[in-house]
Amino acid sequence: MTTDVILAVEGVDVFYGASKILFGVELQVERGRTLALLGRNGAGKSTTLKAIAGIAPPRTGTVRLGGVDLAGSRPDIIARAGIGYVPEDRQVFPLHSVEDNLMIGAKKGPQGQDYWTLATVYETFPILAGMKERRAGLMSGGEQQMLTIARTLMGNPEVLLLDEPSEGLAPIIVQAIAQLIRTLRKMGVTIVLAEQNMHFCLGISEDAAVIDKGHIVYRDTIQGLRANEAVTKRYLAL
Amino acid sequence: MLEIDALAACLSSPACLVNQTTTGLIIGMLLFLVASGVTLIFGVLHVINFAHGSFYMLGAYFAYTAYITTGNYFVAAAAGALGAAICGIVFERLIISRVYGQNVLMQLLVCYAFILIVDDLVKIIWGAEYLSMGIPAEFRLPPYRIAGGFVPPFYLFMVAMAVIIGLGSLWIVTRTRFGKIVRAAAHNASMVSALGIRVQLYFAALFGLGCALAGVAGALAAPVRSLTPGMGLGILVESFIVTVIGGMGSIPGAFLAAIILGLTRSIGSVGFPLFVDGAMFMIMALVLIFRPTGLLGQGTLR
Repeated sequence: MTTDVILAVEGVDVFYGASKILFGVELQVERGRTLALLGRNGAGKSTTLKAIAGIAPPRTGTVRLGGVDLAGSRPDIIARAGIGYVPEDRQVFPLHSVEDNLMIGAKKGPQGQDYWTLATVYETFPILAGMKERRAGLMSGGEQQMLTIARTLMGNPEVLLLDEPSEGLAPIIVQAIAQLIRTLRKMGVTIVLAEQNMHFCLGISEDAAVIDKGHIVYRDTIQGLRANEAVTKRYLAL
Repeated sequence: MLEIDALAACLSSPACLVNQTTTGLIIGMLLFLVASGVTLIFGVLHVINFAHGSFYMLGAYFAYTAYITTGNYFVAAAAGALGAAICGIVFERLIISRVYGQNVLMQLLVCYAFILIVDDLVKIIWGAEYLSMGIPAEFRLPPYRIAGGFVPPFYLFMVAMAVIIGLGSLWIVTRTRFGKIVRAAAHNASMVSALGIRVQLYFAALFGLGCALAGVAGALAAPVRSLTPGMGLGILVESFIVTVIGGMGSIPGAFLAAIILGLTRSIGSVGFPLFVDGAMFMIMALVLIFRPTGLLGQGTLR
């Protein structure tokens, strides 16, 4: 395959204390594409994203962004290198206003990209434009989810790591988030989307990887995965 | 014990009231500056800087030397603040950051060791004897007479400086990008870091800001108090009382509590001279019983 791999994860092991969580995880993400990282609860999806973002630093292995190994670097260095991380539990700054939350995330991209500003974020997320002064802690779960995504986009990342953006949200909000991810994809943002729900990923991502007990057990296109009942039954409990 | 006659005489004399209020205010303002540093650092870093008094002392000594050298008190005050800030940043990076999140006893021990070392360094550099700076040349003016009381111009300057600096720190913490980032990091450092911000630098800068407040207090105190190694301890204890009464993490609370304590001290020195310290601790105990978070405190910096 002659492809443009922007993010390559190789042989990544992660430990929490003495327990090993990830076993030689490997992932390739191509520029401008969306990879769905699927697996059950506790399979290691979140830890994989945290390992890439430097929040759960890998003990061994490499995390290359555009050829540069970032494994073991501090999270802020990784973020400035162009990896934007959106945590699953939203983690807005609850006492800050929506606009202050966004401003804390504001920076240029590693090549000086500056597409995302307050103006473009409010254009893409009209719901946030209507509540700039609201304390983030007072927003609904769906609004907070939008805010965390927008806050990370304010940093103009080259690769966006989204950890279960649909989790715990009402179906209509899940639809809106799916629509948002499609919009970002059209804009050429590279996305790694950790999800339990394959159906949520179907119209959103091109590629899929399945993780189970800390091992990547399957890699294909999302359509390929959907057609492979043995894998979906065994690892995704659909 | 209670000198009711003296107290009544003072309270009914405008001149005495003016004098005691002014004295109480300047005691309060010094306490406020030191305590707002303690409260800022605690609010963001969740660490109690037991060594804060050392930065007050360093500020006083730096200001003393700068004043002797330049003859300009404003340069001296800036030197006190800046010198204390730099020492604070070095202390934060090299020492106290290693015990963040550890038990308080460990932090206390580390700070106490630092206090002893700095006191000895001050003895080596400036000597163990008392030093006196005197009222700076800029302020050697006749006192203002208000209702029969005397108010030295330098006292007015101290109060004005403390209010301006207090408002300035409040503005930095609540309105600037630096303050917003630091408050967000107080709440969730790892998320702020994941947004590409080098949180450790912000923490060090905030610690430096807190120490600059102590340093400027030392510089303001230098003309009216004598300088001695160990001068940081007394103000440290009192500024903790202020912090507890005002509410940990609250700058306005520190302001209110500092004025209460300053006035208790100055009026008390007339009315109950033997029980001034006791009265301060009693106020603290009462606040802790009836309002454990302090007068304006919410537990963390907001």
